[in-house]
Parts: sequence; structure tokens; C-alpha cells
Amino acid sequence: MSERVAVRKTYKLFIGGKFPRSESGRSYLVQDSNVPLASRKDARDAVLAARAAVKGWAGATAYNRGQILYRVAEMLEGRREQFVALGVPADEVDAAIDRWVWYAGWSDKLPQVYGGANPVAGPYFNLSSPEPTGVVAVVAPEQPALLGLVSVIAPAIVTGNTVVVAASPAQPLAAVTLAEVLATSDLPVGVVNILTGRISETAPTLAAHMDVNAIDLTGVADAELAADLEVKAAQNLKRVLRPAPADHDWTADPGVTRMTTLLETKTVWHPKGV
Amino acid sequence: MFEYAPAPESRSVVDIKPSYGLFINGEFVDPTDGGSFKSINPASEEVLAEVAEAGAGDVERAVAAAREAYDKVWGPMPGRDRAKYLFRIARIIQERSRELAVLESLDNGKPIKESRDVDLPLVAAHFFYYAGWADKLEHAGFGANPRPLGVAAQVIPWNFPLLMLAWKIAPALAAGNTVVLKPAETTPLTALLFAEICQQADLPAGVVNIVTGAGDTGRALVEHPGVDKVAFTGSTEVGRAIARSVAGTRKKLTLELGGKAANIVYDDAPIDQAVEGIVNGIFFNQGHVCCAGSRLLIQENVADRVLESLKRRMAQLRVGDPLDKNTDIGAINSAAQLARIKELSDAGSAEGAERWSPPCELPDRGFWFAPTIFTGVTQAHRIAREEIFGPVLSVLTFRTPAEAVEKANNTPYGLSAGIWTDKGSRILWTADRLRAGVVWANTFNKFDPTSPFGGYKESGYGREGGRHGLEGYLNV
Repeated sequence: MSERVAVRKTYKLFIGGKFPRSESGRSYLVQDSNVPLASRKDARDAVLAARAAVKGWAGATAYNRGQILYRVAEMLEGRREQFVALGVPADEVDAAIDRWVWYAGWSDKLPQVYGGANPVAGPYFNLSSPEPTGVVAVVAPEQPALLGLVSVIAPAIVTGNTVVVAASPAQPLAAVTLAEVLATSDLPVGVVNILTGRISETAPTLAAHMDVNAIDLTGVADAELAADLEVKAAQNLKRVLRPAPADHDWTADPGVTRMTTLLETKTVWHPKGV
Repeated sequence: MFEYAPAPESRSVVDIKPSYGLFINGEFVDPTDGGSFKSINPASEEVLAEVAEAGAGDVERAVAAAREAYDKVWGPMPGRDRAKYLFRIARIIQERSRELAVLESLDNGKPIKESRDVDLPLVAAHFFYYAGWADKLEHAGFGANPRPLGVAAQVIPWNFPLLMLAWKIAPALAAGNTVVLKPAETTPLTALLFAEICQQADLPAGVVNIVTGAGDTGRALVEHPGVDKVAFTGSTEVGRAIARSVAGTRKKLTLELGGKAANIVYDDAPIDQAVEGIVNGIFFNQGHVCCAGSRLLIQENVADRVLESLKRRMAQLRVGDPLDKNTDIGAINSAAQLARIKELSDAGSAEGAERWSPPCELPDRGFWFAPTIFTGVTQAHRIAREEIFGPVLSVLTFRTPAEAVEKANNTPYGLSAGIWTDKGSRILWTADRLRAGVVWANTFNKFDPTSPFGGYKESGYGREGGRHGLEGYLNV
């Protein structure tokens, strides 16, 4: 009996809930697989998809967003072996699953921890609440391939933002495989969009894009490129998360800064009276 | 209008020196290169004082003094002691509030009733509020051991000179930072009087440094490699330039920039209250307010009634001597600002909007602009898109709540907004959808040290005031 010929996977981009090839028709070779080399046009298409998803996702209840992030953890748990087969250490996969669970719980707690009533000196009701900033561009760190990726996506979306992620060029397989997890987790289309390819090609387009509200430079290792992206981001005053230090410990408690940097605080006043 | 006898506040309570040096390391010093500029009273064009212009060498000295004070005194000092200094400053401000209010009105042109009843009480309250945080930072929700950043470079505008100083200095010092602050070149005097208050409070030398000057001084300060934090309030254009200049550095940045706030009046709004709010929203402080309600959106079916009432109310506004206690609208802060207001207003007429001002006699000397409204404004008009920063209101109409929200959000700015309606659920529905950092419902232009202030989108980032205001000055 002859050995079965395996069905190989075609790795593709993840934009607006679909898995398209790059419109440029280009690819590059990673771990014996052809991976799309996203173009500037792909980046712009991803921003459109992310923007279209903002209203529904930001408007979803915190309870609903929390359940969906927890669902991502469930789906990832079921695909543990798939990531291990890609070379992701098993304990990193476990940590990535746990991180989704951790962030899932934040959805309906951060507004209480980070907002609240303000005791103004006068007869006024005064309440501050955090709101998502909108579309966030994210440059994912190269290592750890899965935990790092999850650790930049989850804090951005749990509060209602949508993201366009530039995956690490050296680690795209974990990113595309995570997209398959997200696509089966009831996450509305366009909330997470993932581009593979060169950071030097996609990130400047995202940093300069006038319909992107914030940029997370965590994965930008080149200090000169990071500074250039921050300059581009200033054009419409994007909120900026600066690059993480090379020795950043991704297994430590992430804290809330990743979430709060991508939030706006809205304060509403109303007089009290009869 | 009723004839009122003049009721001028005495300016003898304040002793303005003929010239002022820079406040560096606890002392007033001459600038290295000897440059200076004049600060004038915009209501009379009279020169009030000659003020030192800090060059790059002076900024260097000030940053070095702040660094040394941070390393040796203020950084190591227990929070409870920092708190006491801030409480002390708050008390001295209360004690000397009339002097500060008169000086503010002289240098800025704002009516004394505003500097006396709004600016100064808020300044003292701001220091009092943040004083209490200095020894409670570990309870502020930013982790167990939040640390200060170091030296803060702070650049403030001319519209609320002392209040903006308080918004910058109080949280910075409470969190344990030291500061170098540059006041605006047209309104440096109350900051220099504040420097004297720091001396009177025995605040350790170098904790607060004040460098006066114009744009070049500010640039030298925010670009200085020795600062850890940059805080700026001013125009979006300058804010963008600062964001570019700190790119690639470790400096933490907060920006409070321009606005073009929508003030939405629904057809069930109490009209008289709404009109008071509209007037307060755009004519408070001559409209020199980043969160001014400069775009009035009226539901179409009540537009005529609201405008009729608004015009009747505007005819009662008294424009004139800022030191007169009856004055509602004072002087425009500078010739340059007056030129900008005139240019944009002329553009409003040229683009086809209809201009109206009440009969209004303006003084001969000084910088003045009559309260003005434009009706028939479209969203494409410059006066609906650009920040005028003067007593000029653009009036648009809408038919449905959805259209009101759409128009309100149709701007790159997102600092503030107003809502007028008697229906609670409509307030909350609208507030949820407005992309603005402060939403005033059935009120406008209210401020409080406990209440976070700051913008969405191109109105900047970070919040000033409240617990949130500490975040920009801590390593969190």
C-alpha cells in the first residue's frame, strides 16, 4: 500500500473574515511554506475591514466581548497540537491560551477599574468611562511567536478596538494559524486582520494611514524604523505604544497599560436638580 | 440695555515689576544672552513689564536645576512632605487670589468676574486636590509602586495662564517629578508671580523652574534630551510638531490640543437654559477656549425660536474693560489672535454664511471683537471646520438625532460636546455616540480638579485632572 500523499495548507492573509492571497500575488518562503507578502494595498484593505467592524464590536456589550475572547481560548485549546507541530513550545501554547482567558475577564471589569464617578464640587452628576479608540495597527513581536502575538492582539480588542496586525516576518505560520482560530471563535469579521510579509512595507502605510487611531510598535526591533513610524503616526496624532525592550518578559503579568493606552476617557456631566 | 456705572476692580492690589528674570533653581536670574520681550495689557496695549527671553543655554540651566532637585530633594522626599508643600501652595494661592486674579485679567484681557470666580478658585482647588494624592500614589490604581518619570517639560497656552499652569504643575509635583514650565509669551506674568509663591512656600530650589519666551524657547525645552516627560497644551499644529520631535525618544507625551465642539440643541430642550449654555459655551473667556461650543447644532423645528432668544441674550452682553466687574466679554488676547479671528470671520461671510452681531461699541485702544454668530453655515465652510478661538459661533441645523451625531463627529477634533434635551435616554444615547472627551449635558464649560479633561482624535491624548491626570506623570 502506498503512503498517503498529504494535503498541504496554503497560508494566506486574514482580512475582513476572509483568507485572501496578497493582491500583489507575491509570496515568500518560510518553514518550507509559501506565505503571502502583503502589499501596501493589502494594508489599506485591512484598515477598511477593521474600520467597518468598529461600530459593531465597540457597540457590543462587554459581556459579549468577554465571552468571545473566552471562546478564542476554547478554540485554541482544541488546536494545541497544531501549534506544537509548527514548533511553538507546548508551554508557550498553554500560556497563550491562558492569556486569552485572562483578557476575556477584563472586558467588563476595566470600565469599573479605569472609570468611575468623580466627586466634583457642585451639584453635578459626573462620570468617566473608557471607550475604545477605534482602529489599532499592531506590529507583533518576533518572539515568542504565539504568546507575543496573543499578548498584543487581546489587550487591543478586549475593550472594543479592532486591529490590523503586521505579523512577524520570521514567524508568520503561527499568526495565520491563529487567524484560523479567530475565524472559528464567533469573533465578528474584521475585528482582527492579519498581514504577513515585510514590516518595512506594511507598517509605514499603517502608521501614516489617516483612518487608523493608534499604533502599537511592540514588535519593531529597528529603533530607526520605530522612530520613523512614530513620526508618521503624529500626522493624525495616533496613540502610540512604543517598542518593547528586547528582554521583555512575556510570561509576566501584563498589567493594564496595553489596554489603557488604546482607550479614550469620556467624561459626562449633568446638573442635579428638581 | 441698562446703564451701569463703571465698577472697576482696583489694580493697586498687584505690584507689577518693570522687568522679570527667569525663575531657575529657586531664584530669578538674568538670561544668558540678555534677550527680552514685552508683555502688554491687551485691553489698552499698555506695556505691563519687560520679561526675559530664555535661550537654549537658559533652558539647559533650568533642566539641570530640575534634574538636580529631582535626584537630590524631590525624588527622595516622602509623599506626605511633597503633599504639605502642595497644600501650602494651594493656601497661598487662596490668600493671594485677588492679586492673582487682577494680574491675570491685566495680562490676558479676560473679565475680572471670570478670573476671580472661575480661574482662581479652580487653580487653588487643583493644587489642593493633587496635594492629597502625593502620599497615596500606591492606591491610585497604577500598581503597587508607581514611580515618577523625572523632569517634566511643560508648555502652556495664553487662554487660562494660571489655570493651565496648575493643571501642569500640580499633578507633576504630586507624582514626584520636577518641572520646567514655559508660559505663553503674551501671558507670562501670573506664572512669574507663581514663582514668587513657590519661594514664599519655601519649595525646595529647582523643583519648579519657569522659563519665559516664545516658540523657540518652547522648542528648546521639549527637545532637550534631559527631559523625561513633555506636556503641552495649545494648537493641534504645534502638538503634531512636538509628537514628531519626541518620536524615538523615551519621553512620555501628553497633548491637550484644539477643538471644534458641537453644542446640540434638541427640540425638547428648555430653550432659556440652552441659550444661557450656548452663550457660556462660546463667549466665556472671549471664546479663547479649546473646548468652546463653537458649532451650534439646532434641531430645525426650533431653530428660529432658539436664534431669536440667543440674539436677544447676546444684545445684553457687555464688552469692555476686563477689570470692570460688570464686563462679560473682555479683550482679545493679542493682535495676532484678533487678526486670525477677523480672517476666519471674513471667510465665513465670503463663503456665504450670514453674519450677525448685536450693536456693540468697542473701545478705541486694545484688541476687541464683538460677539458674533453666523447662520446658514454648512459643514464645508471654514468657520465650521477650523478652530476660530474667538467669540464667533457657527450655527447649523439638523432634523434627526442620527444627523446631529453625524454632524457633531464630522471633525478631526474631539475635545468636548454639549447636549440639550429634557429626555434622559436621549442624553445617554447621544453621549455614547459623541467622539469627545468631555460631554456636557444641559450644562457647558464646567471644570473640576477631580474630573478628567482631554480629547479624542486630533484634540490630543492623555487626560488632565482626576485620578487619570496622574498617569501622565508616572512610569505606568
